[in-house]
Amino acid sequence: MSEHTVKSYDEELAHLTSIIARMGGMAEAQLAAALQALAKRDDDLAQRVIDGDVRIDELDQEVQSFAVRLLALRQPMASDLRQIVGALNISGEIERVADYAANLAKRTLVLNHLPVAASFTGVIRLADLVRSMLKDILDAYLDRDIGKAIEVWNRDDEVDGMYNGVLKDLIDQMTEDSGTITASTHLLFIAKNIERIGDHATNIAEALHFQILGTQPKGMRPKGNTVGAPA
Amino acid sequence: MTEMAQSTTASRRSAQVVAARLGRRYSAERTFRLLGLAAVVISIGFLGMLLVSIVGKGATAFLQTQVALEINFDPAVIDPQGTRDPAALDTADYQQLIRTAMITRLAPDADRTTRRDLTAMISAGAANQLRSMVVANPALIGTSHAVWLIAKDSVDMVMKGQASRQAGVGGNTLNERQQGWLSDLESSEQIRKAFNTTFFSVGDSRDPELAGIWGAVAGSFFSLLVTLVVSFPLGVAAAVYLEEFAPINRWTDVIEVNINNLAAVPSVVFGLLGLAVFLNVFHLPRSAPLVGGLVLALICLPTIIIAGRAALKSVPPSIRQAAAGLGASPLQIVAHHVLPLAMPGMLTGTILGMARALGETAPLLMIGMVAFIVDIPKGPLDPSAVLPVQVYLWAGSSERAFVEKTSAAILVLLLFLVAMNMVAIVMRKKFERRW
Amino acid sequence: MTASLNAMLPLGTSKVVAKDLNVYYGDKHALHTVDLDIRAGEVTALIGPSGCGKSTFLRCINRMNDLVDGARVTGALTLDGDDIYDRSIDVVQLRARVGMVFQKPNPFPKSIYDNVAYGPRIHGHAKDQTELDEIVMTSLEKAGLLGEVEDRLQESGTSLSGGQQQRLCIARAIAVQPEVILMDEPCSALDPIATAKVEELIDELRENFTIVIVTHSMQQAARVSQRTAFFHLGKLIEVGDTEQIFTNPQQPLTQGYITGRFG
Repeated sequence: MSEHTVKSYDEELAHLTSIIARMGGMAEAQLAAALQALAKRDDDLAQRVIDGDVRIDELDQEVQSFAVRLLALRQPMASDLRQIVGALNISGEIERVADYAANLAKRTLVLNHLPVAASFTGVIRLADLVRSMLKDILDAYLDRDIGKAIEVWNRDDEVDGMYNGVLKDLIDQMTEDSGTITASTHLLFIAKNIERIGDHATNIAEALHFQILGTQPKGMRPKGNTVGAPA
Repeated sequence: MTEMAQSTTASRRSAQVVAARLGRRYSAERTFRLLGLAAVVISIGFLGMLLVSIVGKGATAFLQTQVALEINFDPAVIDPQGTRDPAALDTADYQQLIRTAMITRLAPDADRTTRRDLTAMISAGAANQLRSMVVANPALIGTSHAVWLIAKDSVDMVMKGQASRQAGVGGNTLNERQQGWLSDLESSEQIRKAFNTTFFSVGDSRDPELAGIWGAVAGSFFSLLVTLVVSFPLGVAAAVYLEEFAPINRWTDVIEVNINNLAAVPSVVFGLLGLAVFLNVFHLPRSAPLVGGLVLALICLPTIIIAGRAALKSVPPSIRQAAAGLGASPLQIVAHHVLPLAMPGMLTGTILGMARALGETAPLLMIGMVAFIVDIPKGPLDPSAVLPVQVYLWAGSSERAFVEKTSAAILVLLLFLVAMNMVAIVMRKKFERRW
Repeated sequence: MTASLNAMLPLGTSKVVAKDLNVYYGDKHALHTVDLDIRAGEVTALIGPSGCGKSTFLRCINRMNDLVDGARVTGALTLDGDDIYDRSIDVVQLRARVGMVFQKPNPFPKSIYDNVAYGPRIHGHAKDQTELDEIVMTSLEKAGLLGEVEDRLQESGTSLSGGQQQRLCIARAIAVQPEVILMDEPCSALDPIATAKVEELIDELRENFTIVIVTHSMQQAARVSQRTAFFHLGKLIEVGDTEQIFTNPQQPLTQGYITGRFG
């Protein structure tokens, strides 16, 4: 796309994109660190993740006010308008992702001091899948890659499926050994949070689709079955 | 240096450069203004000199020397039959009454030569004065009282100071005796200078003291009337057609070039045209204001057309478009909007043309408006003279008394022009509309 | 958008249709093969950079291009199905059906009353003075001007402010009761408040007239119109619902112009 006649307009739009990029990177890092803290039972790391969440909240505020400024001063149209509205939406989604990562770290702190541990390999595998979704959609945002966005959008199915598996395993674990109930319950919430991060990544994919093409992605949003319903 | 500092230094330097040249620029402007002022002063100076010399020479023409004589309306002379018959009264010998009065007053025992010298001091028109008095009021017959009679031009010149007081010297055409009588009348206050109503009421005459401008004024008036009536509608219509309706092609280009050329053609040529066509082909009355007016109309026409077209061009297209957008036809656009707005310009062109026409002499000479016409014309078909031609004729006369009359005629001509311009300015103001 | 109750204006039908329209000014090809539908009861905005042909297209609709020397029009342009460039069409009558408001307010140097009364007078719309008075008052009221000038109708039209003059020109145009009103950048010489008043007026006029407006301001086109057509270098690039044009235009040229990315 060619450049704006008024250069400062282009610079401001680029600035908006760069804040989002920074937020995304920080959210990815938060998530990775939180999972690391869980795997390695590292209290300090978990605490750092919890403390670091405020910086992402600040960036979200910056995106909100900057977007409002652009709307008032530039009267954006068409693609520019969609880009700014998209940035507003995506910033909100990334902020929720970071919140979930901080939540994960909080539960890790509790888990680390429980007498009886539970197996969390399933959770880690779910987390890896969601992390790859997050990485891919943030890359797609920077590259304006619509193909990748659609592909991430479709991957939500897989996440839901895997989540159901983890849920089943944790329930089985709790039934077998009642001592693991506390730990398993926390892990359940953690798994739910991770699944929600996947949902938010899918939301970002939808927002990016609208930003680039001006329409919503076609078809029903993929939703896996919940446990308990007939398979 | 930062970019900001660099540009500040650059602008400071450019300001210095400007300041350095400023002195020279202001002095050049002062010089230019002085030159303009000098040009205006010189022009006004010339105009002033012209006016002063004309007024100086012509002012006295508005005065008329009159002699007070005790006239005895002797019925024996003017109405011997006693019938008071108007025809008889009309042809009576009033000159005799004047002679008698002069003899009685100045030289009771005058011989023939003396008598001739005496009557030579009173104008031939004095007899007509008495005639009109008696015909209007026959009751005067038999009475006797003082009448102010017009003096001869020789006396007139001396009284006005145009000739010296010494008999026979410096333009004085009186002899010693006459000069003596003159001084006698002066001392008894029987001779005076009164306002010259004759000048404004009669036509030309061989006798300078009886010559008037009114014939020429009426002639000019009728001529200009014919010019206006013919050239204004034709000129306006031609301008409107050429500017608004004519297609743009070679023919209209040719017409435009020709109109511009016609505006510069010497007016004498139009006179020749008038002679050839109006007089020889159409047999219109020679020396009539009708023919003069037609010739002058031809002279005016190019000016009016050119000024009219310029005025039409100056009407902004936005007005035309607004009218067209409402569904006005081309004629309605021109008649309702363009023409009223162009009227001030057209009137200016017309007045310019008419002012020129007022002063045109050569073409009118060609069509014969140079004849010696005594009667005041009553309409455009009566023969007459016009003001500039009258000036020309009087300027060619040998009598000293016609000098002042010529200058006076020029003054009347100028007054006529000023009056026309006033009318034009008033009409312009009335029609002027801001858009 | 409420449905129009006016039987004369079935919403959504075509009022003016251009098919294969080409305009030449001498050798210059000003409009290339334009196909455009102007719908009844709607405001259609024509946008595009300078010299793109939008004003040329506008002036075709009331044949004002006829006043330009060397202008040649080919193709079809119909009003309610009748070709307006047909030989049998009287241009004067056409201009009574299609009114125009110009960029710079151009009231006649006559009184306010005479300005508005001029159109009805020359077309003979009023049988007597009372009827003419009524037409003038109604038009001034519809133009939102009556309250401001009703006590000085005999004053010159040029004594009003710029915004009032433009509304006077609009009143003058609607006094003729046209079916279509063409507006060539009507607000470009007005301040924002006067502009807002004119835009409100356009909104109200929409009930009874079909309006085509050429504008340089995209924000104005976005505010005022239901359909927008984008012209570029004499061609019609894209036409569609205003909302769609300004949120998601299909053509890259349209996108570039609207977002200000023209190099």
